[in-house]
Amino acid sequence: MLERTGIPTRAELEEILPDEKRLEEGPVAIFECFREIPCDPCYYSCPVGAVKEFSDLNDLPEIDYDKCTGCGQCIAGCPGLAVFVIDYTYSEDRGLIGLPYEFTPLPREGEMVMALDRSGEEIEKAEVIRVRQNRKQSNTPVVWLALSKENLISVRHFHRMEAGDSDEE
Amino acid sequence: MWRNSAGRVICVQRCDMAVVGGGPAGLASVIKAAELGVERIMLLERDEFLGGQLVKQTHKFFGARDEYAGMRGIEIAEHFQERIDELSAIEVKKGAVAQGFYEDDVLGYTHQGRFKKLDPERLLLATGASEKMLTFANNDLPGVYGAGAVQTLMNQYGIIPGEKVLMIGGGNIGLIVAYQLLQADVGVAGVVEAESGIGGYSVHATKIRRCGIPLYTEHTIIRAEGEEEVEGAVIQKLDDDWQPVEGAEKRLDVDTICLAVGLAPIVDLAIQAGCEMAYIPEFGGDVPWRDEDMRTSHEAVFVAGDAAGVEEATAAILEGELAACAMARDLLGEKSEIMEEKTRARDKLNVLREGPVGDEIRSGLERMRRDIDAGEDRYSHQSRA
Repeated sequence: MLERTGIPTRAELEEILPDEKRLEEGPVAIFECFREIPCDPCYYSCPVGAVKEFSDLNDLPEIDYDKCTGCGQCIAGCPGLAVFVIDYTYSEDRGLIGLPYEFTPLPREGEMVMALDRSGEEIEKAEVIRVRQNRKQSNTPVVWLALSKENLISVRHFHRMEAGDSDEE
Repeated sequence: MWRNSAGRVICVQRCDMAVVGGGPAGLASVIKAAELGVERIMLLERDEFLGGQLVKQTHKFFGARDEYAGMRGIEIAEHFQERIDELSAIEVKKGAVAQGFYEDDVLGYTHQGRFKKLDPERLLLATGASEKMLTFANNDLPGVYGAGAVQTLMNQYGIIPGEKVLMIGGGNIGLIVAYQLLQADVGVAGVVEAESGIGGYSVHATKIRRCGIPLYTEHTIIRAEGEEEVEGAVIQKLDDDWQPVEGAEKRLDVDTICLAVGLAPIVDLAIQAGCEMAYIPEFGGDVPWRDEDMRTSHEAVFVAGDAAGVEEATAAILEGELAACAMARDLLGEKSEIMEEKTRARDKLNVLREGPVGDEIRSGLERMRRDIDAGEDRYSHQSRA
């Protein structure tokens, strides 16, 4: 149970994931927003209208995955840091994940970092592809990592590795 | 003309509206009142800066976009400060500590070393809340902090409280401050919560869990260890009846214990003003009874924000605006603009509290109505007419 563990169950995840066909088509936003709280910035952050307008402020967000382009604006817009973008089409052998990262210093593009899952377990080394920060202070930096496709569904965070560790760079 | 018992003239400053407390509720109220045309507004703030707890809130706020959702607390404080600078009806006194509210409806406060008196037509108490303490062995050791103190040290003054912290309390404050500690590169040994699940928003819990921080639900702290200062903490599992499970002790190597075990409304001025009080556990303890406009049983005294019941900043802002509208109506009459703004603020409060996270507040409001219908005043023990 999410309240006990701080980690969503498999059933909760399946509830919010787009179907496999959509996942294979290209980048798409994953809203890991499981509990109704009064909140609506994701609606305003989406430039293509893929987040349905809230009729009740406390509703969970509803996403139109056909409209979603995976641009990642919602990653920076979500106050709960609960939105991610995953892309299975990034390259032959690697996928791409965009995640919110409110730690300093920000990683450099090209740097190797340690990707972590929802419980902070180390999953694999990943390459930082892009780092984006909107000029508005309130917007959360978004870091895009390339890693193996099978881990796109489990990786949700990363930590920078010790200086001695990053010899792959 | 005011004279004391010796016949000496006492200088009392008159104003239309006075607000005690420059946090989200107080700031929102003076701005709204000035916008509605109230003049001679006096804002008293104990600290040398405005914003209250907002200045420590580095995270983005939830809520509706119209009510600053997506902005960080520190940005909201700056926004309010800029707006106040534009409004000439508002006089801000920083470093001004309210001392008492007297029978002749005079508010006493100290400012720059002097005791001063204020006679406001309408008074808003937006004094916020104070942190609750938790009983465990050695809880007086240096290194045991309230979460507010940790935020003040870290987020306002850039001082880290220690190297490794154990957070007690899985409400929003505990979860948020645990995350802020991680952002400041301070180790967090875990978050301890006596209930079977965290009380705060699950998105705050997932943020710290993916950093590898454990959640010790159904656990409590039983003692701090150390001679001169905190050198460790011992936590213990609780059974279904909240009794410690023998043998299920765990020692954690920490130098700081941070308590985030709830807040209690600061209501001293309301009690002194003779406001009828009600004990509402959902609001954090004793609060002045108030009507739908945030007016207490004292016609000239209003309450808003955590002092009216511990909730969160967006609700405090809306309560401050609601109270400002009601005070503006008292002072300026039933203008349509005032009445529209009042309805708007109340509707937005209702929307905010409509969902599952508003359950407690709605239950508290219900209890307040019920108790008032049935009961007698908690302090004066007089039945309510």
